[in-house]
Amino acid sequence: MQASDRFNINSQLEHLQAKYVGTGHADLNRFEWAVNIQRDSYASYVGHYPILAYFAIAENESIGRERYNFMQKMLLPCGLPPEREDD
Amino acid sequence: MYLYSLTLQRATGIVCAINGSFSGGKSQEIVVARGKLLELLRPDDNGKIQTLLSVETFGAIRSLAQFRLTGSQKDYIVVGSDSGRIVILEYNKEKNVFDKIHQETFGKSGCRRIVPGQYLGIDPKGRAVMIGACEKQKLVYVLNRDTAARLTISSPLEAHKSHTIVYSICGVDCGFDNPIFAAIELDYSEADQDSTGVAAGDAQKNLTFYELDLGLNHVSRKWTEAVDNGANMLVTVPGGGDGPSGVLVCAENFVIYKNQGHPDLRAVIPRRADLPAERGVLIVSAATHKQKAMFFFLLQTEYGDIFKVTLDHDNDHVTELKIKYFDTIPVTSSMCVLKSGHLFAASEFGNHAFYQFQGIGDDADVESSSASLMETEEGFQPVFFQPRRLKNLLRIDQVESLCPIMDMKVVNLFEEETPQIFTLCGRGPRSSLRILRPGLAISEMAVSELPGVPSAVWTVKKNVTDEFDAYIVVSFSNATLVLSIGETVEEVSDSGFLDTTPSLAVSLIGDDSLMQVHPNGIRHIREDGRINEWRAPGKRTIAKVGSNRLQVVIALSGGELVYFEVDITGQLIEVDKHEMNGDVACLDIAPVPEGRQRSRFLAVGSYDNTIRILTLDPDEGMQDLSVQSVSSAPESLLFLEVQASVGGEDGADHPASLFLNAGLQNGVLFRTVVDMVTGQLSDSRSRFLGLRAPKLFSIIVRGKRAMLCLSSRPWLGYIHQGHFLLTPLSYETLEYAASFASDQCAEGVVAVAGDALRVFTIERLGETFNETVIPLRYTPRKFVLQPKRKLLVIIESDQKAFSAEEREAAKKECFEASGTGENGNGNAEKMENGGDDEDKDDPLSDENYGYPNAESERWVSCIRVLDPKTASTTCLLELQENEAAFSICTVNFHDKEYGTLLAVGTAKGLQFWPKKSSTAGFIHIYRFLEDGRSLELLHKTQVEGVPTALCQFQGRLLAGIGPVLRLYDLGKRRLLRKCENKLFPNTIVSIHTYRDRIYVGDIQESFHYCKYRRDENQLYIFADDSVPRWLTASYHIDFDTMAGADKFGNVYFVRLPQDVSDEIEEDPTGGKIKWEQGKLNGAPNKVEEIVQFHVGDVVTCLQKASLIPGGGECLIYGTVMGSLGALLAFTSRDDVDFFSHLEMHLRQDNPPLCGRDHMAYRSAYFPVKDVIDGDLCEQKNNLKATVLDIDLRRLAVVIALRRQ
Repeated sequence: MQASDRFNINSQLEHLQAKYVGTGHADLNRFEWAVNIQRDSYASYVGHYPILAYFAIAENESIGRERYNFMQKMLLPCGLPPEREDD
Repeated sequence: MYLYSLTLQRATGIVCAINGSFSGGKSQEIVVARGKLLELLRPDDNGKIQTLLSVETFGAIRSLAQFRLTGSQKDYIVVGSDSGRIVILEYNKEKNVFDKIHQETFGKSGCRRIVPGQYLGIDPKGRAVMIGACEKQKLVYVLNRDTAARLTISSPLEAHKSHTIVYSICGVDCGFDNPIFAAIELDYSEADQDSTGVAAGDAQKNLTFYELDLGLNHVSRKWTEAVDNGANMLVTVPGGGDGPSGVLVCAENFVIYKNQGHPDLRAVIPRRADLPAERGVLIVSAATHKQKAMFFFLLQTEYGDIFKVTLDHDNDHVTELKIKYFDTIPVTSSMCVLKSGHLFAASEFGNHAFYQFQGIGDDADVESSSASLMETEEGFQPVFFQPRRLKNLLRIDQVESLCPIMDMKVVNLFEEETPQIFTLCGRGPRSSLRILRPGLAISEMAVSELPGVPSAVWTVKKNVTDEFDAYIVVSFSNATLVLSIGETVEEVSDSGFLDTTPSLAVSLIGDDSLMQVHPNGIRHIREDGRINEWRAPGKRTIAKVGSNRLQVVIALSGGELVYFEVDITGQLIEVDKHEMNGDVACLDIAPVPEGRQRSRFLAVGSYDNTIRILTLDPDEGMQDLSVQSVSSAPESLLFLEVQASVGGEDGADHPASLFLNAGLQNGVLFRTVVDMVTGQLSDSRSRFLGLRAPKLFSIIVRGKRAMLCLSSRPWLGYIHQGHFLLTPLSYETLEYAASFASDQCAEGVVAVAGDALRVFTIERLGETFNETVIPLRYTPRKFVLQPKRKLLVIIESDQKAFSAEEREAAKKECFEASGTGENGNGNAEKMENGGDDEDKDDPLSDENYGYPNAESERWVSCIRVLDPKTASTTCLLELQENEAAFSICTVNFHDKEYGTLLAVGTAKGLQFWPKKSSTAGFIHIYRFLEDGRSLELLHKTQVEGVPTALCQFQGRLLAGIGPVLRLYDLGKRRLLRKCENKLFPNTIVSIHTYRDRIYVGDIQESFHYCKYRRDENQLYIFADDSVPRWLTASYHIDFDTMAGADKFGNVYFVRLPQDVSDEIEEDPTGGKIKWEQGKLNGAPNKVEEIVQFHVGDVVTCLQKASLIPGGGECLIYGTVMGSLGALLAFTSRDDVDFFSHLEMHLRQDNPPLCGRDHMAYRSAYFPVKDVIDGDLCEQKNNLKATVLDIDLRRLAVVIALRRQ
């Protein structure tokens, strides 16, 4: 790798993508985008206790259960991924 | 419009709690995070929880942990917040503040997926801390001591693993070996790629041990092993000689003991017998108790049952894991076991409780064990138990919590001086209506009738060193009554006091003699019974008296002052005389300063509207030091020495300052600072207290001098957490008062009012509101007022619950089955929770045990008519067949046949999961009977969705049903559709109307302004918002303006631009033609955001109200975490400028405790606009003004002075 490569836009993007989960790229598909958004949302719900409490009231569950449910949903937030078209 | 935001009632819910010895030594304290507040609590000797310190941090606190360096006596606090920083705090006992020891930045701010702050793990030996995020990132900081024994923190060591979700983190106790942290992790990378779902099915949670090598300064993954896929929480097991080390993994239905190189031990968590099979049992909070020889864990399930977990082990080998049913208390967010044998339970909703251990669960009870675990074809064999009464715990105190506030109305229903705040609080069986009144609660200890109408009352001790008062002296218009305080309070005649004359003052004088001042003279009663009498000269009588322990000044009629002092032998000697210009209105002498012989200052109030300070120095001869003119003649004077703060930022104690308080005849309390040296008066301010001239009395509150002001209502001026507060007392009008100390009542007040003598104590200092609680049955949703009839109509509904009859039957069955045969029957009326006697006659109060869980499609709901004055329910309609009420309004249809009717929107069989659905929606129309005390169903109209918003509009009913806004008229059998608009984006959640405009709030898309054209019978949207807002509350401010709050904790105002508004009003088509054009799939006009503020808590209700008579209106809001706040509009540009600058300086000089930038926090979702944060402005302010009567300009001057 040459010294100039380190500063070109692609390698910078790669660095960002590695460092910050959820950084998009040109070939991002709809599903991946949605998964990121959903995971970010769930993490935000879990982090903000008042929102967690708000959901807990709506669903009549304990806050601990609600937090657990959100964490569990981070595994497959948008259901199964679509089949990949090999190109 | 500029607003000043101020929290009135700080958040009362608790996010997490830790316990430890934060002030050092043996005392036990609890640190709780209440959203954005950090508080230090301490149980006092009587087992009452006292708040020592409460700090607003301007950031969301997500996790707390405590640690102690080896050999130290003091615990430090680690805070995980949304600041992207780790903060270590130490409690400073001397200054009563949290000192920030370290603040290390590691990432972006905000509650993000990969920025640590969500989890904290502590090495039990206090050598390292791990801070983790929901995904990927984990950082380890090494904690150590430098040569000066100060805490040091290393740079972070990374223990990241990408594509990994983290469920829990804890430290592993491995003695003084390298610190180890355990984490439950789940790798999702394969599941994201595999479209067949096999990988997702195979996704396995792992327990991973991370070892921090202190020698190499490096963190490595030491060990990882698959763990139950329901795992959600880790608990550290003591090790290093105290136990076997390792961790407890709490999973759905199981508790598993795991350690490296140790076989797993698994035991099932016992289930309640009535739990539906579809539901698991999840542990939501845990506490560890560790003594020298033993340790155990208390784990609480999501249903509130606490289990005691013990491990049988020999050295490092664990042979058995036992889970035994312990007790059931309301579900907590955190539990703390204190070394003193107490349990602090921070409830997730409703009041928090403090329990004493009666036992540690050694008796036989339902137990599940790893040894008896049975695995069958259907899985592990469950163990069942039946909850029972508390056996091991005894509740000794509770901390009030409004969390969550579901709805709120501010109205003066009881016709008191200030309006009451009606809040719907709590959830399920712990729900209640709480009536809040500004002021301190008092508890009345005794009321006794007197033979006449008393004019004054005093209490005296017999000796300065006495702890308790000896006599209560009551003066009537022509006599004096002396009561001696002992076992009982009874009249005595051997006290030496003259009882045939009224008294003007009674006090202890010198060390051990008593003084009675009556109109004709001064009676000095020596300790041995000798009586010296000083007679007023000639025909003159004594009009007013001022005295302290060593000095007495009397004012004779005509205006002559005579000054006496107590000499060394205890004699009262006349020292000086001074002629005033006219009659004296009132007098007071400052208390004798410590170590001095006399006080130098005498304050004299005259009828010419002046207050003079005279010197009592014998060399200066009673000359004037300063004069202050006031707006009205003073009625009463009081010197109060205030030591407001114990140390500022520089560590120096602020010197005590002397305040002169004057109650003026126009009802104003006038307060000014007296220079301790020159006697000059400065920095005066006044406050209107009530319709009567305030009389001022000195009393003792928490060992310090405080001031009681008796106007048309009593007020207390006292010092709380370094602030001087002046707060009303919730009590009737009093005439005269004195402090009272006796065996039964250490710090009370005795007062006279009417012909009664009253003794009371003041409770829960520092609170803004006192509350009256009326229990409810289910989670309250909304309520409406019937102002004329002074009744409330409340709708309550709960998912996954059984109706009252079903519960009663089940309970009865269960008691019959268990053979206890207790009175499980015949208390069908006692369905309401609450009430302290509940525990006695109801063996299983729902308040403690929660409602039994039903299937998720079950709903219970009721409509209640409540008379708040008598706290009685006059009518309660329970809805049948899974119908639940969600919206309510009163409506007057224009044909007026029935008068006011009640409309209630209900849903039948509502389900949120897997997709929101309901079998039907209805609008019920009820008629009020018996003067509004009872309801009768007129008819019920089926609609296609859930009617989530109802509102009266021009003699018709507007209903928001999903995305449809519809206008109904009343028919004989059902409601009749008149007009509708289906163009709303999602679900209508609020409707407000004003004239012909309709303001509709959408659940996701903010406000839509609509118009109804009667001639064309058309509803159309003419303006909407350009920003998506998930509305949780809304309020109509004026013709063009709406206030709203969104789910993410923002409050905002939108306004239709004036020109657009005018255009629409002038347009004969009402902007209809333009409407047809539309813009960007929306309305042709857009509203503008004029105010935006991040509260940091989900606001559930908004209302405009004035909390003081004659005061300005402000917008009051209530939140899920149980706090109340106000937004007050500024009236002048100068104030705005001043406060903006003050805020700017405070942001710089006083950065928030948790490291979140204040401006960034208040702009978390949208940039803050035109709101000044009063909570910040008041942080560095010793004079805590509340919005209840904030005098902004004066406050500003004071703050400016303080800052110099």
